[in-house]
Amino acid sequence: MPDPTSPDQTGEAMISARELRKSFTSREGVTVEAVKGIDIDVRRGEAFGFLGPNGAGKSSTMRMIAAVSPVSGGELRILGMDPSEHGPAIRSRLGVCPQEDTLDNELNVFDNLYIYGRYFGIPKREVRERAEELLDFVQLTEKARSKVEDLSGGMKRRLTIARSLINRPEILLLDEPTTGLDPQARHVLWDRLFRLKQQGVTLVITTHYMDEAEQLCDRLVVMDRGVIAAEGSPLDLIRQHSTREVAELRFPVGDHDPTAEKIADLGERVEVLPDRILVYSEDGEHVLEQVHERGLRPVATLVRRSTLEDVFLRLTGRTLVD
Amino acid sequence: MTDVRTPTSAAATSSPLRPLEGTRLLVLRNYVTYKSAWKLFLTGFLEPVFYLFSIGIGVGKLIHAFDLNGHAIPYAEFVAPGMLAASAFNGALMDSTFNVFFKLRYEHLYDQMLVTPLTTSDIARGEIIWGQLRGASYSLAFLVVMWAMGLVHSWWALLAFPATLLIGFAFSAVCMGLTTWMTSWQDFDKITLVQLPLFLFSGTFFPVTAFHGVLRWVVEATPLYRGVVLCRELTTGVISWESGVSVVYLVLMGAIGLLVVRRRLDSLLLT
Repeated sequence: MPDPTSPDQTGEAMISARELRKSFTSREGVTVEAVKGIDIDVRRGEAFGFLGPNGAGKSSTMRMIAAVSPVSGGELRILGMDPSEHGPAIRSRLGVCPQEDTLDNELNVFDNLYIYGRYFGIPKREVRERAEELLDFVQLTEKARSKVEDLSGGMKRRLTIARSLINRPEILLLDEPTTGLDPQARHVLWDRLFRLKQQGVTLVITTHYMDEAEQLCDRLVVMDRGVIAAEGSPLDLIRQHSTREVAELRFPVGDHDPTAEKIADLGERVEVLPDRILVYSEDGEHVLEQVHERGLRPVATLVRRSTLEDVFLRLTGRTLVD
Repeated sequence: MTDVRTPTSAAATSSPLRPLEGTRLLVLRNYVTYKSAWKLFLTGFLEPVFYLFSIGIGVGKLIHAFDLNGHAIPYAEFVAPGMLAASAFNGALMDSTFNVFFKLRYEHLYDQMLVTPLTTSDIARGEIIWGQLRGASYSLAFLVVMWAMGLVHSWWALLAFPATLLIGFAFSAVCMGLTTWMTSWQDFDKITLVQLPLFLFSGTFFPVTAFHGVLRWVVEATPLYRGVVLCRELTTGVISWESGVSVVYLVLMGAIGLLVVRRRLDSLLLT
């Protein structure tokens, strides 16, 4: 196994997809296309994100990358191998942290790591050592003999992450890693993921949280309805697809559409959401001043920097989390 | 496109697991979960023993003997091998139905296994072998009880243990296969609906000669009957061609079950 931190390995394609497709046939015989031909390149050591709402095709793509879901069309190479031919070999070098915690509730915390490690053919003594190290890494050493069901949501997630690291994976796949966690637990998890990235582990993350994508991802693709809507670093995407600032204006119910017409010229772009109007501009405070000059009185206002959420809204006309 | 590393050595593209290691690991996993619940094994062992005492010995006082291939066999000796086959049957059934259903639909245990180098073949083989081992462990204990009670008179009886392994394999495979089609716990009523008549009418408590015409043919074609006949001929030492039929029947049944399980797991889990 090559040393993941050695510099000559950078730029190497860990995952590459060309025209990748996935379709399912439902019980009624209707074919649903979840992924409609996407191109992806993930390089060694980077943190790569799939951003998009539920049903965008992120999880389907992740399952194909995890070599558990057959590709319906196009080409997919993981670590240079074809998943349809070398599934077990690919999976032996991947770590998978699924959306829902699929821990083994019939085993205690330590045995969850031990038995799972054995599935990778890791020798007993080695796997015991690694399990202890990992419990320490995710701060669960004291819970080693506890039942899984007695753990809190955050602890279960951390155990799932520890489990996905037992085979020292070169690529770690994280599907919605912090969904359902409280803010503190999220930050603990992000910290652990940062450390892994520093160790040279390639991270592939799906999320529908903007802040998570901005925090963790070097590069990401915005997915919508099975296709890639945009690709780049979080900052690049914001620069390309949005303005520097956004003025958020809240008016009484029912006033949004008529008001939007009156201020349409104040920004580069105006979006009307059910509960507020977004005015995209380089200078948000200036927008507010002009709104007041025109005699309009919003109930509440807010000026903020553009985020990936705005990029997404621009590209798809929808908010991410409905 | 960036240069994609082409795997050069065979080791890089093959599974890190040795052949059948995956199957063994699955059995290991089940063993670890049961280590703390060994008392569950006690009930499975005691059930056929209770039947043996109440019916084989109790009711046996009222019945003199049954004819088996021209030999008169005391009733307890007639019932005991029936219970032996039934213990393998019940043990295999427990694991391959309820437990497999729970792991498949609720725990999503197989989903977590399939992201490791384990394959659906490993899962199918591992679970079937585990069900078979559980059934066989009851049978072995029961066989010892039979021997201690003086109900065994032939060296052929040594082969009764592998026979129960075969019964366990056949039922474990077929029942796990059927379980993959179940969607709710209500479906298990159907299992009970088949399990009980099989247990009662497979020549376990009375000879198949009690049935006439087509009905007898039907009974003789059921899997538990084949298992009972096999065990009975072995423990009594009265061997006939019927045992050969049973062996072929059970081997085929298990092999078909194994194939079905693998294909069903593929279509359910690798979507």
